[in-house]
Amino acid sequence: MKPLSRTTSRSAPAPLPSPPAVKWSLIALAAIFLAIFLLLPLINVFAQAFARGWSPFWRALSDPDTGSAVRLTLMVAAISVPLNAVFGLTAAWAIAKFDFRGKALLLTLIDLPFAISPVVAGLLFVLLFGANGWMGPWLEAHHLKVIFAPPGMVLATLFVTFPYVARELIPVMHSQGREQEEAALTLGAGGWQTFWRVTLPSVKWGLFYGIILCNARAMGEFGAVWVVSGHIAGETDTLPLRVDKLYNEFDPVAPFAVATLLGLLAVATMLLKAFLDWKGRREL
Amino acid sequence: MTKSPAAAAEIAPPSNPLPGFNLTLGFSVVYLTLVVLVPIAALALKALGLSWNDLWILGTNQRALAAYQFSLTASLAAAFINALFGSLLAWVLVRYEFPGRRFFDGLIDFPFALPTAVAGLTLANLFSAHGWLGRFLVPLGITGAYSRLGVVIALTFVGLPFSVRTLQPVIETLDVAVEEAAACLGAGRARTFARVVGPTLLPAALTGFGLSFARALGEYGSVVFISGNLPGTEIAPTLIVIRLDQYDYTGAIAVALVLMIFSFALLLTLNTLQGWAARIEEP
Amino acid sequence: MSIELKNVSKSFGQVAALRDVSFAVNEGELAALLGPSGSGKTTVLRLIAGLETPDNGRLFVRGAEVSAVPVQRRNIGFVFQNYALFRNMSVWGNIAFGLSIKKWRRPQIAARVAELADFLDLHDQVRRYPHQLSGGQRQRVAIARALAPGPDVLLLDEPFAAVDAQIRQELRQWLIRLHHEIKLTTIFVTHDQEEAMEVADRIVVFSQGRLERIGTPQEVYEKPHNEFVARFVGVLNVLELEVRDGLARCNELEFPAHGLADGQKMRIGFRPYNVQVSPHPAVYPFRALLRRTYFLGVMLRLEMELPSGLVIRSRLSKEEYARLGLADGREVSFQIRTYRILSKEGGPLGDEVATSYETRPLLGEGI
Repeated sequence: MKPLSRTTSRSAPAPLPSPPAVKWSLIALAAIFLAIFLLLPLINVFAQAFARGWSPFWRALSDPDTGSAVRLTLMVAAISVPLNAVFGLTAAWAIAKFDFRGKALLLTLIDLPFAISPVVAGLLFVLLFGANGWMGPWLEAHHLKVIFAPPGMVLATLFVTFPYVARELIPVMHSQGREQEEAALTLGAGGWQTFWRVTLPSVKWGLFYGIILCNARAMGEFGAVWVVSGHIAGETDTLPLRVDKLYNEFDPVAPFAVATLLGLLAVATMLLKAFLDWKGRREL
Repeated sequence: MTKSPAAAAEIAPPSNPLPGFNLTLGFSVVYLTLVVLVPIAALALKALGLSWNDLWILGTNQRALAAYQFSLTASLAAAFINALFGSLLAWVLVRYEFPGRRFFDGLIDFPFALPTAVAGLTLANLFSAHGWLGRFLVPLGITGAYSRLGVVIALTFVGLPFSVRTLQPVIETLDVAVEEAAACLGAGRARTFARVVGPTLLPAALTGFGLSFARALGEYGSVVFISGNLPGTEIAPTLIVIRLDQYDYTGAIAVALVLMIFSFALLLTLNTLQGWAARIEEP
Repeated sequence: MSIELKNVSKSFGQVAALRDVSFAVNEGELAALLGPSGSGKTTVLRLIAGLETPDNGRLFVRGAEVSAVPVQRRNIGFVFQNYALFRNMSVWGNIAFGLSIKKWRRPQIAARVAELADFLDLHDQVRRYPHQLSGGQRQRVAIARALAPGPDVLLLDEPFAAVDAQIRQELRQWLIRLHHEIKLTTIFVTHDQEEAMEVADRIVVFSQGRLERIGTPQEVYEKPHNEFVARFVGVLNVLELEVRDGLARCNELEFPAHGLADGQKMRIGFRPYNVQVSPHPAVYPFRALLRRTYFLGVMLRLEMELPSGLVIRSRLSKEEYARLGLADGREVSFQIRTYRILSKEGGPLGDEVATSYETRPLLGEGI
């Protein structure tokens, strides 16, 4: 299981340098491709948001429904990310520090949510908690609403972002081996002490990394949340769903205005990633 | 499928002095079961309760087949483009030093960080008739928005980081001496690449291809914006949503099953591939 | 009796790492666990530490049975081969770790860390982090960290393995001095027999999970008790002999048959210093060509080749070599003063047997 993404630490220079013409045209090609395909879309979000000036932008953002969407998005992330982080830590400890049969199976199972389309993921929860679902009648009897309500959206997000932290932590813990922990044991430390004072600090950059990725996905998830949401503006719309709703109202600015919030989230995520890369490298 | 903590104790190694095995494995398995396995079981059980005939018909009717076909071709095309440009990007970013390299390297993560809905929104706008790119491309006959091409563009976007990030570490750890040996034996750069370096990169390239393919297959958010719901731009996830909206649960389940079985097969293939790649990387 | 193992066995899956091992290390001793890779010596060390648990047998530290005591409570100091320093703690943090676990108060911790940092010459490094230290500094931090809580015994896993050959010599002397100062029972694992001979008070030799020999360096070298130890510790010439016409022969060499009948085989071994060499071809019974001389400092190792291609090693001091006027390429004669009979199964070695050859008198002797 490999970690999701790492930037290159330093360029590994070609042993036999290509002729400058080849090198620079390749670089130009790459740069142009990236600029058009990645940079331009990002800039476009902000450009379109302010296409008609400040006031349509502010109007869209200050709409109370947008505020609820922000709160809902934050709440969903605030619940699913820590839970999956705790899972990531416990699973990484069990998998990386011990040998046992069935490890390969466990790893494959952890990867499952990656392989499932978000829409299918949402459907799973509808089948579980929906009116005709497994637990449907029980929920009705207790007047609990899961589907078409925030709890269902949390669950769907939990499912979709399940592997992110674990996938980052397992290779990191694995590559560090067991020696530091064994040393701590010989010095008298118990299990919790070893974990808090030796293991956790060693993997903190990998942990932050995983949390950032998990968070970006949790806040940005669309497909799974779409299926379980009731699409009730102000109640069950997260920010991405709000963008979709505004888009379908044919307002040229509003969806982009709301999208800028998500765009800023993306930029913040990338900056944090770069920072963690730099920090992680410094301590190698 | 569920493993109780007691069963976990039986397979715990007695010789490892590190504590916490039973606790952590137990918690992990329980959490995994609750969050992932139970929902999947719900689908399986529900599907079992339905008429096989209905499932078959709805899963393979005209519309479903068209959706599968488009999903596959669009995803394959996207994965292929990603493999091509991804290899180029990975190579340039690892092997060449140039101003702004760090910046461009960080930019690769953008599709990971950006919510798919926003991606679809902005790409649709860019390629539409009055968008910054569309105003040049549409007169040339290239409609990147509200078209099948648009779907491919969106799928390429979301899958790009996979191919680049899988290749980068492999290129970084290429044994330079092998290329030098090829040069000593008289091989030019192109031939060295084709016969020496290329094959070494192949497993990672295939893995990257597989990952972006898998990603593209399940993608929904960006496609919603860029397809414009035009006929012929319907992918499998869209069909599922449409059927759910119509309360056609059986129909939705049918397509979901097909998608899921396909995804599992893909996942298994990818894991095997990654295992193969890992064995090649370790001499 | 500081450390004692009684009938300890340990397997990893199908592999038997230790078979019925019993030995004791005395209080204050510096003992070496010596053996080739896979001999089980590291497993013994980890068993003493509590990082592995024995399948059978019992372990005692200072008389108390510790077989079931978890590693945290055994009060042993362990220095890992790759040091296993805590990467995100400074040198100070590393050394203080065991003390903070024991809930020492801050002033006492500070005093003890300072004491060890001075003792191990780490005073200037106390604020640094492991990745900023050299290999030698890291090792000293690992030792300081292990010593800080005042353990009953110090265990070192291949302490010289990661070090350059030249520094290894200095490190060996340093370890001996350290042991002399802290007077703590110390056990270290090594595969280098020279190291074990130079540093240890007593050596425990392992092979394939079994304890082969335990004794002082002199005892182990001079009375190996079995073929494996004789070959592993020091250099040994080994000859396969077959009895023909009443004498045990190996190509040109002849030895008494020692009761064996024609056709039976025997194996003998003898140390290089038991091979006497003379430049005069007539002085000793066997002839050879001096193929190469190896300069080992004070001693010289001679490699002699017989006409059949057999190679015998001898050892002489520089003075003797010069006095005899030997040089590469010269024809020499030699005799084997004493040898040991090694049976094929590596069972108990016979005592040394002196040859019964008489040296032929030099021409002119006795006049």
